Amino acid sequence: MNFAFTKEEQAFREEVRQFLRDNAPPGMRRKMVEGRHIPKEELVTWWRILNKKGWGVSHWPKEYGGTGWTPVQEYILREELQMHPAPTPLAFGVNMVGPVIYTFGNKAQQKYYLPRIANVDDWWCQGFSEPGAGSDLASLKTKAERQGSKWIINGQKTWTTLAQYADMIFCLCRTDPTAKKQSGISFMLIDMKSKGITVRPIQTIDGGHEINEVFFDDVEVPIENLVGEVNKGWDYAKFLLGNERTGIARVGVSKERIRRIKELASKIEACGRPLIQDPTFREKLVTCEIELKALELTQLRVVAGESKHGRDKANPASSMLKIKGSEIQQTTTELLLEVIGPFAMPYDEHPDSSHRAMDWTMQIAPSYFNNRKVSIYGGSDEIQRNIITKAVLGL
Amino acid sequence: MDFELSEEQRLLKESVAGQLTDAYDFEQRKKYMKEKGGWSKAIWSMFAEQGLLGLPFAEIDGGFGAGAVESLIVMESMGRALVLEPYLPTVVIGGGFLRHGASAAQKAAHIPLIIEGRKTFAFAQLEKSSRYDLNDVTTSAKKNGDGWIIDGEKFVVINGENADALIVTARNTGAQRDRSGIGAFLVPANARGISKRTYPTQDGLHAADITFTGVEVGSDAVIGDPENGLPVIERVVDDARTALCAEAVGVMNESLKITIEYMKTRKQFGVPIGSFQSLQHRAADMFVALEQARSMSIFASMAADFDDASERAKAVAAAKVQIGRSGKFIGQQTIQLHGGIGMTMEAKVGHYFKRLTMIESTFGDAGYHLRRVSENDALV
Repeated sequence: MNFAFTKEEQAFREEVRQFLRDNAPPGMRRKMVEGRHIPKEELVTWWRILNKKGWGVSHWPKEYGGTGWTPVQEYILREELQMHPAPTPLAFGVNMVGPVIYTFGNKAQQKYYLPRIANVDDWWCQGFSEPGAGSDLASLKTKAERQGSKWIINGQKTWTTLAQYADMIFCLCRTDPTAKKQSGISFMLIDMKSKGITVRPIQTIDGGHEINEVFFDDVEVPIENLVGEVNKGWDYAKFLLGNERTGIARVGVSKERIRRIKELASKIEACGRPLIQDPTFREKLVTCEIELKALELTQLRVVAGESKHGRDKANPASSMLKIKGSEIQQTTTELLLEVIGPFAMPYDEHPDSSHRAMDWTMQIAPSYFNNRKVSIYGGSDEIQRNIITKAVLGL
Repeated sequence: MDFELSEEQRLLKESVAGQLTDAYDFEQRKKYMKEKGGWSKAIWSMFAEQGLLGLPFAEIDGGFGAGAVESLIVMESMGRALVLEPYLPTVVIGGGFLRHGASAAQKAAHIPLIIEGRKTFAFAQLEKSSRYDLNDVTTSAKKNGDGWIIDGEKFVVINGENADALIVTARNTGAQRDRSGIGAFLVPANARGISKRTYPTQDGLHAADITFTGVEVGSDAVIGDPENGLPVIERVVDDARTALCAEAVGVMNESLKITIEYMKTRKQFGVPIGSFQSLQHRAADMFVALEQARSMSIFASMAADFDDASERAKAVAAAKVQIGRSGKFIGQQTIQLHGGIGMTMEAKVGHYFKRLTMIESTFGDAGYHLRRVSENDALV
């Protein structure tokens, strides 16, 4: 038993750091630190830099452009991106639809889509949730009907993150309304420019615009855009949802936020001394840090296990990492809010506008509000507990 | 990076677990508890035959030269079985003082007897007002020719009833809370001037309050530097905390297992109570708390090899915080999920809860260690 990184892994970490120092645009980094909006063009430019280096889809199999790295190396890359901080690759393409395509898609789909995902030639978004299908995802109603060489899609998706930027959406659609709910679903790849698609923004409590409603009104989709077999979409969706593990706890994000909390709490005075010296505040911070240390090690236990034995398709450990990771992310945003105290109050109605001189405190309350989402998305904490109950405890 | 056990470690784990399964069921444990001093001589001999009592000692001293992981394995297994025998005070603490601070002559005099199971130890450290501070010592050691005279009172000395030898922390110079002027002294338990009041503890161990009145010991009683013994004391107590973390993980693991089994079999409203979501989610949270605790127990074990003493201390303190928090949550919830039966002495689960609760009060609770980490620089 040994939890030290090897010399090679340490050298690799240094290589990643050096690459980020040399190549990540400083302006983008500043925006990340302050939790500000990063325009689409800047993100795409950055992800292409990463892809050019060969790190855009590092965890994919080699034949599709991956690196053949160990899970530990992938973990290091992700952690260093989060701590730099720099945006991690667009999950909807790289971590979600990409693996579904190379695992279940046909050769033509693989050849066409995979390089485009890697280079963000297509911005992907996710069409899973519906107004009536949240945690009970399999009750989704958006339907696809076969008409000659096309599927005709009708229905509505919601909570669609960054659909306003998207070129493509992967959708779960009901193709057999008579089958049991999980068994009549298919997995479709749909061009967002198709006639009949309407995207309507949803403003979230932080004032921002990340998520959308997407309406499908007799949208025509070529039959070759079905992934795998018809009515097998639920299996692919389960694969997709269980796939994301090394990053789910977002340990690097929380580490970076704790660094920022300390930086700010050392500058801000409370009761005539820096807030960081206040014992009550400090104990809360340290409690959070200890939980984070434990989570990091729990995560490394999972990663080391995967390095040694390969990946078990349905590792329920990801549920544990998700629950604890969400809790800690939320605690860190809460602490940051506490650090700025009354200066959390001012609200800028147009936080994305570039003509204003933004004060760095302006994004802290919104970030706190926004981070309530992490225990809801990707399978809510309660769904994760259901998974642990069944898969680990056998209840 | 590798969190798995080596082949030898796996075998050790299987052999300890196997022995304890055979020799340490709940009914047998009750019998051992009734023996003098609250533990079984036969089990102790079994540990000696298995080589467990010699694990951490260097091969040159007759031991096996095993490391932190082996200690973790043994302590976790002992936690699972709620072992009563004095492994912690004898092998971890007594052995720790001998390994980290003793002269060659002291090692030769005591280590073989520990390994053979012929000598057990107790750690006389706690005082009326010291609480968890190792530097808070009023028991005095005064120079007496070549030797020393010890006077003072020590409390809740685990295994104080049966121990053949006591390790006593005592002050020879300075004020009550000074870090310097403290030494560790190895005192025969039958030395003249020692009087004991013995009693069982909440979790079924046996302890003693011990009074030292003009107890004379020779120069060979001092372990290491009599005036600057605190670093060794801190080192050994960190080892003991680490061992307690591992034991607590074993306790939590087993009590969660028992609780899940109970949830599968206990029926109310015509169905197993494990089918109720409010209880399922509680159990899922207990699992998460257990894994967080397990990670920090491993962290503390690995920290035993850190070169920097303050880094080691910080890691151990952080682990004890996590163990305290997870232990309290898991312990309380195992009782709640059992309902009324969990409140009874006859159910095993309550005994796990009591052990967890007492571990929290041993060598610093979560609040104490949180302050220690907080006073230092941060962890991450």
